[in-house]
Amino acid sequence: MSEIFKIGIADLKTCKSPDGVMTLGLGSCVGIAIRDPMTKVGGLVHIMLPDSKSITGGQHNIAKFADTGIEELVKQLERTGARRIRMVAKIAGGANMFNFQGGGANAVGKVGERNVEAVKAKLRQLNIPIQAADTGLNYGRTVIFYPETGAYHIRAVGKPEKVI
Amino acid sequence: MKDINLDQVSQNYYDVLKEIGNIGAGNAMTALSQMLQCKVDMKVPQVRLLEFSEVGELMGGEEQIMAAVLLAVEGDITGYMMFMVEENSARHLIGKITGGMLPEGMEFDEMGLSAMQEVGNIITGAYLNSLSSMTNLTVLPSPPAVTVDMAEAILSVPAIQFGIYGDKILLIQSQFYDEVQLDGYFILIPDLESYEKILTALGVPIEM
Repeated sequence: MSEIFKIGIADLKTCKSPDGVMTLGLGSCVGIAIRDPMTKVGGLVHIMLPDSKSITGGQHNIAKFADTGIEELVKQLERTGARRIRMVAKIAGGANMFNFQGGGANAVGKVGERNVEAVKAKLRQLNIPIQAADTGLNYGRTVIFYPETGAYHIRAVGKPEKVI
Repeated sequence: MKDINLDQVSQNYYDVLKEIGNIGAGNAMTALSQMLQCKVDMKVPQVRLLEFSEVGELMGGEEQIMAAVLLAVEGDITGYMMFMVEENSARHLIGKITGGMLPEGMEFDEMGLSAMQEVGNIITGAYLNSLSSMTNLTVLPSPPAVTVDMAEAILSVPAIQFGIYGDKILLIQSQFYDEVQLDGYFILIPDLESYEKILTALGVPIEM
């Protein structure tokens, strides 16, 4: 019997085939799914903010930020025997939920986009290729990731489920 | 600027927030009742400081569909204000205003959304007005933006703003009734500097 593990906001988890890992209602947050196709081990991290270094408080939760969250997920995957050189990623989320424009760097209308950029930059730095992405626009996404096949299922309100 | 950690705020601060919540929500209900042309009652609002993960559960699950209205706030107090109601409560409110109930399961059309925007505008406007007159600070709300989506996805917006300086979210839950019971949630999201301004204006020292 396979199991689906659920993670919350600013949270991460690894699992191995045939299990899966999911997170509900990504809004401006980003869900980064990484797997090693050889060992069929993978994981998901649900980040909220781009950069741990630009923040004055609450840095103790490393899964909250794109930079530290992705690093930690990769570290945990490596501990299970996965190899960085084989790892591939898929990403979803980073919506602008209210179509709000303007404001400073952390303004509501910009944070989704900035999260996606930070995620891409971090994955590039770690040499982990992005195989597929479903980001931006103005709606929330529930995602389920299966390390066995790498299928990343995306559900949204009033839209058919898609798999990337 | 002081580092504000919501975990360490004093009991005084809660009492003040509760009072703001109470008066703000009270005025919001009065405005709503004028708009709907009927009596609207409400319970004493609950002020809660929650872990991000607890908020979705409180609203009936992370994937519970909610309608939400968001405004940016400028002036002496800067930040955001959000008002959320569960999907069926939103249908009820929209039905009252437009004179036709939006059937369950049917998607929110443009008219429904703009009615919801109007409700949100009036409710949050009344709330912010009372905040402004209590503190004597100017509060200038932007035009509202509206969305209908999963609770958790909507909540990511305030959670991220609170996430900049902590891992918790401050929520004012108010229950109100006209013919049916409606659960509404106010989330005031002041910028860091605005907390200090609000508390100072109300004569509450920040005890950290």
